Formats: sequence, C-alpha cells, structure tokens
Amino acid sequence: MSPESLERRAVISGVGQSQVGRRLYRDPLALTIDACLAAVDHAGLTLADIDGLSTYPGNMDQPPGFSGVGVTEVHDALRLELDWFAGGLELPGQLGSVVNAAAAVATGLATHVLCFRTVWEASAQGDAGRASVTPGGGGTYKASGFLQWTLPFGAPSAANWIAMMAQRHFHEFGTTREQLAQIALNARRNAARNPNAVYRDPMTLEDYLSVRMISTPLCLYDCDAPADGSTAVIVSRADTAADRPRPPVRIEAVGTALRGRPSWDQFDDLTTMAVRDAAAMLWERTELSAADVDVAELYDGFSFITLAWLEALGFCGKGEGGPFVEGGDRIALDGPLPLNTNGGQLSGGRLHGYGLLHEACVQLWGEAGDRQVPGQPEVAVAAAGGGPLAACLLLTT
Amino acid sequence: MTDAAAAALRPFRVLPRVTAANEHFWTGGADGELRILTCRGCGYRIHPPAPVCPRCLGREVAPEALSGRGVVHTFTVNCQPWYPHLDPPYVVAIVALEEQDDLRLTTNLVDVDPDDVRIGMPVEVVFEPYDDVWLPLFRPSARPA
Ligand SMILES: [Zn+2]
Repeated sequence: MSPESLERRAVISGVGQSQVGRRLYRDPLALTIDACLAAVDHAGLTLADIDGLSTYPGNMDQPPGFSGVGVTEVHDALRLELDWFAGGLELPGQLGSVVNAAAAVATGLATHVLCFRTVWEASAQGDAGRASVTPGGGGTYKASGFLQWTLPFGAPSAANWIAMMAQRHFHEFGTTREQLAQIALNARRNAARNPNAVYRDPMTLEDYLSVRMISTPLCLYDCDAPADGSTAVIVSRADTAADRPRPPVRIEAVGTALRGRPSWDQFDDLTTMAVRDAAAMLWERTELSAADVDVAELYDGFSFITLAWLEALGFCGKGEGGPFVEGGDRIALDGPLPLNTNGGQLSGGRLHGYGLLHEACVQLWGEAGDRQVPGQPEVAVAAAGGGPLAACLLLTT
Repeated sequence: MTDAAAAALRPFRVLPRVTAANEHFWTGGADGELRILTCRGCGYRIHPPAPVCPRCLGREVAPEALSGRGVVHTFTVNCQPWYPHLDPPYVVAIVALEEQDDLRLTTNLVDVDPDDVRIGMPVEVVFEPYDDVWLPLFRPSARPA
C-alpha cells in the first residue's frame, strides 16, 4: 500500500441524472443542466459553492452525439466562478475525469467539483443506426493516428476491437458465449427494476443466442444500448462533509494505471488490456480487498469488458470469469456480488461510465429503491473503460 | 476488365493518410515488401513508426523488409455493415509477425472461409493496391510460420 492515498481527502457528496432514454431529441446541454442542478441540490449545495468543473471527453464534434457538451458550455450556461476545471479525452477512461476532480480537491485547488458526462448518441444516430456514426464513411477523409491501423480493414468500431479481445479470451481459457450471456441477462433482470432503464423486457438465453451477431463472438446483446442522458457527481473536500444532508461516499482508493502499450492491438495481453493495470493499482492503494466489496458496477460497453474487470479486480482468478458468472447466481442482485444493479449500459443505457458510478453511490446511500442491494452495502467499486483506457474507484460509506 | 471496372468492384475502404513517417509501411507493397521501421543499433522493430527505438533509445531507425509471415493472434468475423459497399461478413484479424513477439498488425484475412479461421493459423502477406497505398492483407500460408 502507498504511504498515503490522498484521494481520501475527497468524497462524493451528491449525484444527479437527467431523463434517460433512447431518442429523446432534447438539447444535450439542457440534459446536462438537468443533471448538474440535480446533483448540486442532492449535495445540499448551491451553484455558488461549485468552484471546479470536470468532464470527459470535453467538447468534440465527432462522432456525432459522443459529446457536444464540454466544460465551457456548462461553465457559461450556469455562470460558474471556477478555481479549477478540466475536460478532455486523453484520460484513463471516462472516470478519469472524476479522478482528476478528486486530485484537484485533494491538493486544495477546488472544494466542490461538478463532474459530468453527457451522451446523446441515440438521437444523433436517428433512425440510421450506428453506421451513421462510423468514422470515415465517405468523402475524402483519410485516417491518421491509431485509426489508420484499423479503418482501412473495415474495423472502425470498438465492437471489432473488443471482439478480438474476447475471441482471444475464449481461445486461452475456454470461455463460452453461454457464459458471456450471463452478463447481459443479469443486466436485463436488474433493468426491470430500474424505471429509468431503456430496455426492461425480459430476455432469455435463447433470445441472446439467436439474436444477430455484430462481430464474433459478440452479438447485439453484448453491445450497450445507445441512449441520451446526462449524469453528474459532486466531488467535495472531505472536511466539508459534515455540512451535507447525507453522509459522504468516501473515495477509498482509485486506479488509473496503464502499464502496457497504449494501443488496442499492440497491448501485451489482449485478454485484459488496461483493466489489469487500473485494478492492480487500486488494490495497491488500500488495505481493503475484493472480498470486502458488497456491490460492483463494472463497465459494460461490451459484456466482455465486464468479464475482464471481474477478473482484474480479483473477484475470480485470471481466465475464470466465464465459470464465475455461469448460471448468473453469483452476480445477481441477491447474490454475493451484485453486479451492474441498474441494468448497466447493456440494458440501462450507454451513459458511458458515469451511470455506473452514479449507481454505486445510490446503492451506498440506500437510495436505489426497488433494486436496492439488501443488507446495507458498505463498499462498492465503480469501474469504467476497456481496451487501453481504464479507471476505477473504490467507494465506502 | 478495365482498371476502372476492377476498381468499381473493390470493397469500399477508408484509406490512411500517407506521411513521411508511415510511407514505407503503406507503399512497400508496390515492391511486394512488408516494411517495418527497424532500429539500426539493436534490431528492434518499431511499430507504429516512431523516431526513437523504445528499447535502446537509438535514433538511427530505417525501414526493413520483413518475411511477411506470421500467425493469427486473434480475429473476429465482422457481421455489421459499417460502410456502404463494404459487405459483411469479413474477417478482421490481429496477426503476430514472426520476426518479433510483440509486433502485430490489424488486418483482414483473405482467401479463407470465415468458418475455417483459427487462432495460431500461419498466414502470409498479400498486398491490395488502393490509390496511393498498398494494404497488407493476409492469407493462409502452407508453410508453418
Ligand atoms: Zn534499439
């Protein structure tokens, strides 16, 4: 363990979320403001208290709906007076922006940082499906940077890149589609208890096995559901927590490491990629262990990433993710490790990591309603990212 | 068939932007060569290209032709129509080149039924010309890699 894990000087004091749905056709900034104001109110603060702002990936035009709301828009719309702010894409995944906020708070650069992530990919795609947001579809566009190594080969999507990770995992460890299916089936069961989830109808293993393939071994139900929505969390200095309406969610440790090559195809171990390093760093910074975790909210942009996080965080051994989730009992809401309790992104909607962090906090506060994990959970892990981008947070009451 | 007619039958591909740094890779196929930047000092293969050797920090780096042989490290059969005029299914693979353990290319496998692709399968490069580049694709190889 490190001499001092300074992230413990930061806590999460409130969370908020906008309306979430498939094509809402609402202004993404309006969704963002809804989430931000809800979070500020939840934390018992006013906008005058907010002196920091953090987001991922910052404002960018492409691909459509991936962003569109950056630090600047929120700063100006709410006329905030900021001492610190940051928004950007080159971070250890989506929750890297929350870790940035914790670091700013821990070093005294800010007291209450409003962190947000807004997606409106469903509306941006309209009725044209994901092909409408594929990079480089026509015109004189030429690929550079990392995309030059994949786009010429008709592999424009993380679905292709993650599929190759999954295929390698299947090859090395004998993982099966029936096992992977449990991640999706568990998400759908939990989504049925979440009124804000986008897909709530029951799903069977037969449904999963018969739906169309996207990129083998991943089928449609292994891919998250594009949605519109915004999520906000307030990261506050721990010594302000006594004034808040509810006890803080404490940040026990964070993991942001990327110790291999920052590349989807050159990374040494394609069965783990960066989640291995982020998870290892998390446990290096705390005396708690995987056995202490009561609820796990693990990124499911694709089902396989959740499997990789389960292994990396030590809930099972390396390569044992398939047998671990088999049958689904271990990861069920009433099982020993409730997983993605709001339906995750597979059925809850692709809120890009922030939805999972939001859910971890709500569970620790006991505010999850019909999907509340029994027995007053005290330790949660929220993890986001996959491939060469990953960050995770260990949270306690 | 005319060249224009042949071109019209080719699948749509997004092409790379050729620069001084990557030209050896994307145009080596004109001479039938898979060229990878190589450190003059220690022989390490540097991909994607960079003006420094990550192993010895040497700055003398130059393209060298490789054998073009490798094995399928992993693959996926893409079934999703991402682009008009690029029809699924087709095989996307990461091929590990035989010259160096950590040297890989994302590519397509051709001249093989998608159902017959296996991890570990030996493959060899073939080049497909498009405008100003030659895309390195791979096909099953009779010779063990
Ligand atoms: Zn060298």
